[in-house]
Amino acid sequence: MTPRRPPRRGAEGELGGVAFGYAVRTLRGPWFSGRVPARGVAVTAVLALLAAASALVAISLGNYLIPVEQVAAILVGGGEEFERMIVLDWRLPVALAAVVFGALLGVGGAIFQSLTRNPLGSPDIIGFDAGSYTGVVITMLVVGTTGYWPVAAASLAGGLATAFVVYVLAYRRGVQGFRLIIVGIAVSAALGSVNAYLITRAEINDAMTVGFWGAGSLTRVSWTSMLPSLVVAALIVVAALLLSRDLRRLELGDDVAVTQGGRPNRARLALMVTGVATVALVTAAAGPIGFVALVAPQLARRVTRSAGAGLCGAAAMGAALLSGAHLLSLLIDRFYRPVPVGLITVCLGGLYLIRLLVRETRRQYGPPR
Amino acid sequence: MPRHDRDTAPPTAPGGPARLAVEGATVRYDKRVVSEELTVRIPDGSFTAIIGPNGCGKSTLLRALARVIEPSAGHVLLDGRRIGEYRAKEVARLLGLLPQSSAAPDGIRVADLVARGRAPYQSLLQQWRASDEEAVAAALEATRLTGLSHRLVDELSGGQRQRVWVAMLLAQETPVVLLDEPTTFLDIAHQYELMELFRGLHEAGRTIVAVLHDLNQAARYAQHLIVMRDGRVVTTGTPAEVVTPELIERVFGLRALVVPDPVTGTPSVVPLDPRTARP
Repeated sequence: MTPRRPPRRGAEGELGGVAFGYAVRTLRGPWFSGRVPARGVAVTAVLALLAAASALVAISLGNYLIPVEQVAAILVGGGEEFERMIVLDWRLPVALAAVVFGALLGVGGAIFQSLTRNPLGSPDIIGFDAGSYTGVVITMLVVGTTGYWPVAAASLAGGLATAFVVYVLAYRRGVQGFRLIIVGIAVSAALGSVNAYLITRAEINDAMTVGFWGAGSLTRVSWTSMLPSLVVAALIVVAALLLSRDLRRLELGDDVAVTQGGRPNRARLALMVTGVATVALVTAAAGPIGFVALVAPQLARRVTRSAGAGLCGAAAMGAALLSGAHLLSLLIDRFYRPVPVGLITVCLGGLYLIRLLVRETRRQYGPPR
Repeated sequence: MPRHDRDTAPPTAPGGPARLAVEGATVRYDKRVVSEELTVRIPDGSFTAIIGPNGCGKSTLLRALARVIEPSAGHVLLDGRRIGEYRAKEVARLLGLLPQSSAAPDGIRVADLVARGRAPYQSLLQQWRASDEEAVAAALEATRLTGLSHRLVDELSGGQRQRVWVAMLLAQETPVVLLDEPTTFLDIAHQYELMELFRGLHEAGRTIVAVLHDLNQAARYAQHLIVMRDGRVVTTGTPAEVVTPELIERVFGLRALVVPDPVTGTPSVVPLDPRTARP
């Protein structure tokens, strides 16, 4: 829909109807009222379907091929014992992880891009997943445990500590988005060298484990890590939804946020913790998976044509992207050799980052339009 | 809008009871003190303009009134009660602020941005009641934006964009409206268009407090002036009482004539030519 098209009435013909410039359904009930953008809902639904479809195909792929119909039958309770084990015990947690972690990364990216008001301000660029990974590496190499909860806690602690350091270093009478990003990139680079150093000091076997972890791979996900991840993910999503109104208020600047009844500093802290938690959870279970958080919210915003941070759209886009990348990694494995999904997202995301940097630089330093 | 019980209101300033007041406040950014022992009263139902040279603390005062910065000593009273004692949402339904500069989210449309002004009335489940839609429609109408409501904010001219922010403020439906240099960066026609809009709001019963740079505009539209310099209130009063050649020279360091505005009769400042003016 181009902006020049004649306005469409929000609530058809109703008195006091406002033309929003896109198709909107108004819902009103005794306990609930809301505006639902038709395009946003449709796009989110399509993306969710794509994520689910990729997951289904991904489950069918592997050394032992299971046709997609068979996978579907097993998921609803049919199938024979051996295939049920492969599908439900081995492959389902991995495929589910791709969908859930993708959605989480999308949410985390949307939160931070909105807080920093910059498309570059996603947790993988500003060092939070490097920090989480440092926490994981220290726990595994120095403390010597690979249990889910210690690793997850270390991941969260590493992410939060990094967020704190970046925040303090970037602080000068409030935190401005661009400075946060520059400081974050620097901290991320520093943490990268710490991680590399820790690995060089490790035993060869540990170094292999940690190194493979560092590439971001879903294959090691099993129900033992996936079940607690799902619980935490549900909590994070609820927190993000509760905070989404604060996020929208913060988009208009702190002064307006205050006069509209918000508490910017408290809201920002809560949002940062929630955003770091999304990345930490993914890093704890699968290692740092780059670029999904960077790309998903921006792509979602473009296809839904909505303004600001749309958490649902970003989550659906993240799920579709990571689920698709997981499928791609299985296909590559089938015809070539195993490639961790994190490498695929880095390759594809890198192209996007180049485009983004070129465009941002042109916008800031280019000839006047 | 419900008004609070006047019995508990503090002693009134000339021109009516104080809707909003600052009492013995110290306002600072980090370590830099902008104002100390600042006391200001905003009469209920007034159109108050805060004037003074650049850096005199007038925007800071407005931001303190808006609860954006908290005084490190003293307090801000809204209807006689300390503003910090209200719930955040309650204050947001009583006073709204048009900040000096604002950034709209990328790709947002006019109606969506104006609808953001309804935040103080919305809850997790009640996001778009009929009253929200009516308020947004009325705000668009008042700012003559109804025909532009579907447009992207980025595509509008400067004057239109400023009207969108004003519409967002109107959608908030607050009885007290705080404006921080609302006409800066606009051409003269858009400036007066906006000032007329504020005059209409004032006549409809709202209390308006505006930081203004243009003294003639301030004298024309406000009945109550607060003149500041170096973080202190120099004087307050009606434009006729306050705007004098002596005051202009004392506060701004500018030698000027004050003549009646040929249209409205309010005082109007005409600077003297420093090369020819006699002492």
